[in-house]
Amino acid sequence: MTDSKDIQVKEKTEVANPAEQTKPGPVFSPDVDIFENDQEIVLLADMPGVKADNLNIDLRENTLSIVGDISPSENADEEDILIEYEIGRFVRQFTLSEIIDQGSINAKLDNGVLRLTLPKVKKAAPRKITVSAA
Amino acid sequence: MMFRRYFGVPDWSFRRRVEEFENLRKQLNFMNDAFMGVAPGRKAGVFPLVNLTEDKENYYLRAELPGVKSEDLDIQATGTTVSLSGERKIPAENDGAKYHRREREAGKFSRMMSLSSEINPDRVKAALADGILKVTLPKSEKAKPKQISIK
Repeated sequence: MTDSKDIQVKEKTEVANPAEQTKPGPVFSPDVDIFENDQEIVLLADMPGVKADNLNIDLRENTLSIVGDISPSENADEEDILIEYEIGRFVRQFTLSEIIDQGSINAKLDNGVLRLTLPKVKKAAPRKITVSAA
Repeated sequence: MMFRRYFGVPDWSFRRRVEEFENLRKQLNFMNDAFMGVAPGRKAGVFPLVNLTEDKENYYLRAELPGVKSEDLDIQATGTTVSLSGERKIPAENDGAKYHRREREAGKFSRMMSLSSEINPDRVKAALADGILKVTLPKSEKAKPKQISIK
């Protein structure tokens, strides 16, 4: 990461076809970083305005879904002058290729950034099989 | 005339048609923005995107800045302008990390906004919670709306 670079403006990506939404309003796809090392998969997601109580993380089979609900922060008597970004729920799903140790998943929400640590299940040590000629 | 219009100088007419498509595209974007409730041509195109609202007492400026710490933010206000600058840092992960996706961006930003009426810069308040910055800019006494009673 270079320090001197200026951030370019990027609009939130609205999900075109969110499946089975029961609440009205726009749905956005959060920006994520995903990386893995030998022990775990780590996912970082930008979800501004989402509080820990309103964040739902669900891992079923090998589909990971993250849903963040937003409560509007504006008071009723405020009038809009300039609206550059919209507010809506954050929804995103991932398919994981590794087997995850479900018991030790760790999620932290710090200042609008979710950090989700998914530890991999330790595989059996590779065993070399020798074939003996009959 | 007809012959020349449709079959004359091919590359010239081709360029005209491309321009027409470009114009059409611009018009469609404009219409799309207008229907979606976005005031056309009002986006500054500078990070961070802000929402500005007002009530009788204050202006409220909101910006989505997930992961930006308050010590990395610099907010300055004068009579009619607010400037917002800072840096978004994403700490480097360990060397063993292999990335699948990298969509979050780090870097510096600075933005200046003009307000339509005067504020009281001494009483400006800013709060950062859950990645959203909210700056409360109290209007100066002169700029507040006055109720006029009819005698």
